[in-house]
Amino acid sequence: MNYDRVLIRYGEMSTKGRNRSKFTNKMKTNIKRLLKDDRIGVEAQRDRMFLYLNGASFDDVREKLVHVSGIQSFSPVMKTTQNIDEIKEAALALVQRTMNGNPASFKVNTRRADKQFPLDTHELNHEIGGHVLRETKELKVDVRNPDFILTVEVRAEGVYLSSQTIPGAGGMPAGAAGKAVLLLSGGLDSPVAGYMMMKRGVEIEAVHFFSPPYTSDRAKQKVIDLANVLTTYGGNVRLHIVPFTKIQETIHKQVPENYTMTSTRRIMMRIADRIREQTGALAIVTGESLGQVASQTMESMAAINDVTNTPVLRPLIAADKLEIMDIARKIGTHDISILPFEDCCTIFTPAAPKTKPKTEKVQFFESFLDFDPLIEEAIGSTETIVLPNIESEMDELL
Amino acid sequence: MIYFDNSATTMPDESVLETFIKASTRFFANPSSLHHAGMEAERFLQKARSQVASLCGVSASEIIFTSGGTESNNLAIKGTAQFYRNRGRHIITTQIEHPSVFEACRDLEREGFQVTYVKPSENGIINPEDVEQAITNETILVSVMHVNNETGAIQPVEKIGQIVKKQPQILFHVDAVQGFGKIPLNLVRSGIDLMSVSGHKLNGLKGTGFLFKKQGIHLLPLLSGGGQENGLRSGTEHTAGAASLAKAARLSFEADMEPVWHIIKWMRRQLEDRPWVNIHTPASKAAPHILNISLPGLKGEVLVHALEQEGIIVSTTSACSSKLAKPSRILQAMNISSELASSAVRLSLSTRNTMQEAEQFIDALDRVVPVLAKKRNERT
Repeated sequence: MNYDRVLIRYGEMSTKGRNRSKFTNKMKTNIKRLLKDDRIGVEAQRDRMFLYLNGASFDDVREKLVHVSGIQSFSPVMKTTQNIDEIKEAALALVQRTMNGNPASFKVNTRRADKQFPLDTHELNHEIGGHVLRETKELKVDVRNPDFILTVEVRAEGVYLSSQTIPGAGGMPAGAAGKAVLLLSGGLDSPVAGYMMMKRGVEIEAVHFFSPPYTSDRAKQKVIDLANVLTTYGGNVRLHIVPFTKIQETIHKQVPENYTMTSTRRIMMRIADRIREQTGALAIVTGESLGQVASQTMESMAAINDVTNTPVLRPLIAADKLEIMDIARKIGTHDISILPFEDCCTIFTPAAPKTKPKTEKVQFFESFLDFDPLIEEAIGSTETIVLPNIESEMDELL
Repeated sequence: MIYFDNSATTMPDESVLETFIKASTRFFANPSSLHHAGMEAERFLQKARSQVASLCGVSASEIIFTSGGTESNNLAIKGTAQFYRNRGRHIITTQIEHPSVFEACRDLEREGFQVTYVKPSENGIINPEDVEQAITNETILVSVMHVNNETGAIQPVEKIGQIVKKQPQILFHVDAVQGFGKIPLNLVRSGIDLMSVSGHKLNGLKGTGFLFKKQGIHLLPLLSGGGQENGLRSGTEHTAGAASLAKAARLSFEADMEPVWHIIKWMRRQLEDRPWVNIHTPASKAAPHILNISLPGLKGEVLVHALEQEGIIVSTTSACSSKLAKPSRILQAMNISSELASSAVRLSLSTRNTMQEAEQFIDALDRVVPVLAKKRNERT
């Protein structure tokens, strides 16, 4: 017995008005790209989507679908002919697969779209439920609060059965809500922040600051890996790797030590804003969480935010470290994030960074030098990687 | 050409070759190099390793890429025997093993190890109890193949593994070259510590293979050098080879053996109807792609060449031993007379063979055999 299709229910998306078809189309492309299986057909309808498996395994599809943002829930579906014995047999197999050897309660929910079908809904419920009950141990009926519902849909072309509803990631399809620049360090927070935004339908342009020879190629690979993990949530990610050594060395020379961190962040923000402009993004996303480190106090954020009017979105601002770590584990970035490679922030960290920097002061320190040419140079030599790129190339070869 | 010699080697799958060519150009850098190209190659190799590992249901760090079955068998047997030689000097294997196991054990005998070669029953299957009885407190390694390469007999490795695992100091090696990807084998349930696999039996390429080595088991490497493959197999990694192996392995796991099974069963029935044919492959507990037959009074070699004239490729015994012109050691271990053993011919199919080819084979056999018999009678 094999499932032959998957029914996908939309989340909030279905409440949208005229933009809905844009959203569903986006989700359709995201799903197709993620599944990478030519056998599977995708059909987007007004209020739901069908995947036609054509022999592909539901378990493989399931593993990928749970990550796709925009999906409220999905169900594997079996198709039979209108032959009642066949329906009963399929129902029994489904129920037993769902119970997996454990006691359970259930009810049958029949929809008879094909009114030519000889049995009415009530009779069908009775026929199917009765057969399943007789043949299954430790199964009982509970119409109020069943452990699972066996849905049977009788249509002219066949009968569709399903007994399982798998929760999806929710949110909006990636890319449906416009684009933002994500400051991606290599730590735990920024990938989680990126994930949260992607879940709301935001397409991500990730920016990473890279300081060779202080930071190694492995540190860069780590960020590429992180960005790659983000692509599994249903969108492409472009990763901009900005060479930052010269700027960091200059700040180190120019600015009093306790203000270097503030200054560094301000320049990062300026560069991110430039990349935002170039890529047509509308906002900057950071993984900042209030009070976590010196640069994330209210005062620091004010001093850093001073360089731009662009909205700076901080999805983790009120989250605790432990909550962030939980999400990181769930989305698969945790183990990559904790790899011990130096990043550009840890190398030049002053012993005692200002936790309450003053905007005027940092402006004054920076006024002795024109950072613009340095920023231009860094942007000019930025490397852009489209993900998933090489990974998918590798996967295709294997 | 009808190719019925897939246990000797298989024709590489088109897409496996494509992977090999693309990987050789795209990821040619040395995976141990620090530069970007090296890292990409390393990552690609790692992906191939993970894919092989997940097919086996083990972790990636337990897969050592080698040059094939022979190397994997040698590494497993000599490597562990040498590492654990202070634990004991006794090894158990069987009389039906492939030469790369058999001769590796012979080498160890010359180095002071004792080896027990367990005899199969007459259907070519090892009795687990015989293995159990051979165990002494000196035993450090048991090596039993999964599927015999000449008869196709499936060995009860799961049962043997469970017996071996009662003694924690004994390691269990399985030569899975003929069975991998064709007959399911649960590594954990079978208590397997080491398993050899070759790429070219899976529609992959010659010169590719791997050894599964369970975490925590040590072995002494055969080769000294740059310490690749966790120090166990020095030599620049064969990235493209590993990738082709991972692909071939995946394809063979996805392939449906049912049609082959069906063809072999049909051929078996046909051959059973011919009184002048002996079948040495057990009727049950045999791989779905091998049939070993003999035609008394007719040298295997003669039949091979006669069928070749008909465009059908089969072989006498295993390819590795067939040039020795000695009757099969394996069939003799099954108490088959050396006269009969020297007339044995092995038919080994793959998923590429068709029912029509099987019919052509039977037709050709019916045509060729009377002619050969007549010639023989004229001579005598």
